[in-house]
Amino acid sequence: MIKFSNVFKAFPKGGLALKDISFHIAKGEFAFLTGHSGAGKSTVMKLIYADERPTSGEVRVSGYNVNEMRPRDVPLLRRKLGIVFQDFRLLEDRTAEENVAFALEVTGARSSTIAARVMRVLTQVGLAAKAQAYPRELSGGEQQRVAIARALVNEPTVLLADEPTGNLDERATRGVFQLLRDINASGTAVVMATHDLDIVRQAPYRVIELQEGALVYDSAVDEPRDQMATP
Amino acid sequence: MNLTFREAMLTFKRAPLLSALSVTTIAFSLFVLGLFGLVVVNLQDALHSVEERVEIVAYILPGTPIEATAQALKDVEAFPEVQTAMYVSEEEALTRARAELVEFRDVLRELERNPLPASIEVKLKPGFRDADHVAAVAERMSGFGFIDDVRFGRDWVERLDRLRQLAAAVGIVVGAAFAVVAIIIIGTTIRMAVLQRGREIAIMRLVGATDGFVRRPFLLQGAIKGLLGGAVALGLSFAAYLLINRYLLQSSFFTQEEALAIVAFGAIIGLLGSATSVGRHLKRV
Repeated sequence: MIKFSNVFKAFPKGGLALKDISFHIAKGEFAFLTGHSGAGKSTVMKLIYADERPTSGEVRVSGYNVNEMRPRDVPLLRRKLGIVFQDFRLLEDRTAEENVAFALEVTGARSSTIAARVMRVLTQVGLAAKAQAYPRELSGGEQQRVAIARALVNEPTVLLADEPTGNLDERATRGVFQLLRDINASGTAVVMATHDLDIVRQAPYRVIELQEGALVYDSAVDEPRDQMATP
Repeated sequence: MNLTFREAMLTFKRAPLLSALSVTTIAFSLFVLGLFGLVVVNLQDALHSVEERVEIVAYILPGTPIEATAQALKDVEAFPEVQTAMYVSEEEALTRARAELVEFRDVLRELERNPLPASIEVKLKPGFRDADHVAAVAERMSGFGFIDDVRFGRDWVERLDRLRQLAAAVGIVVGAAFAVVAIIIIGTTIRMAVLQRGREIAIMRLVGATDGFVRRPFLLQGAIKGLLGGAVALGLSFAAYLLINRYLLQSSFFTQEEALAIVAFGAIIGLLGSATSVGRHLKRV
């Protein structure tokens, strides 16, 4: 599904963002990507959704080789992924419903099917009642739910969540995390980058920890640890 | 296509001020170009009316049989450069001279014998009214045995040639400069519109929009802005033309084709401006 093999990524101005990263995330798996800010979590995410290419090594994501994929294939890869960010990245001048529909329209989905699919995912994230609300009328947690709905509407095989709870209070964090767990339970692989160790400890999921661009711990390979290293 | 149209229209709704600013900028850039165009059009008209007067007169030796002259007239009319060839008899020449040379009316009236020769007056087709063609036709005509002399005002035609070349050169250089300025200004305006939506473009790409999908609404929107700007520019030019006509001098306006060309030029710049700025933006992001 997602396979990193000896991936190095150099910063444009010199230095290494990632050093020799290798891991494999299977279909339907839930994996945390942890580490301090600047450890390389976002770079890993960007490599997965082909916003960056590895300097060396190989990145494979649902059948695509990110190293050598043609630019016109990038959108096709992204349609197989759902991406969620800390800052939600919603279009401010569109309603929740329109934001979600947009992700379908972009793919050229038949317009007759769009409304129903949009309502289905908005219901799934618990926001059907607020379909007509604009992002500014929604709380942070609600906005993130809209973003998750948008990520889900194309029925991705992997959901990438880059610090999805970073801007949320504790209550909203719990809600969003539960939602991600539900999504995973229905078969979608989830890769969640976070530095919130409370969340990581709550769930029995795989943990991949980065430190200064290097992979220092992978619970699928290494001995289990009682105590998580700082962050 | 529907979606492209909706997205393009949304821009006008969402950023009405910036859209209005773009259209206004395009309109005024094209208006300046249009004003210059009016100058060129009218200058050309003036030159054409001068050109109309380019004429070759071949004087016929007295006593030439009328049949020979008629045959020659036919031959001359068949020259590819010739628009009309007209025979002017001795009598006609005198009548004309009496009418035109008022100062000499008395002298002309008292003539016992008509001193004026018959002639063939030749007008060339537009496009052949320059020194080289005029001289070539004159040369050919002087080949007829009964032609006494051929006149066409060599200096005058050559000066007209130079004037025409100068006008064309100035027109092309200044016109090109205006066009380039218009393109730069319009390009910048459209770039602003694209940058304003940079975040949106980034989001579109994240959810899997192809570059073509991102680009199309911008192209349409740019073309519409250019079209509107061109139409406004045309309106302004027409207003300027009316004012000039009323208060300054009799002038002429663009033909329908030229007017359409201005609007089309606006649309094309809008389209190309959008294409390059979105293209650059997509490459950069």
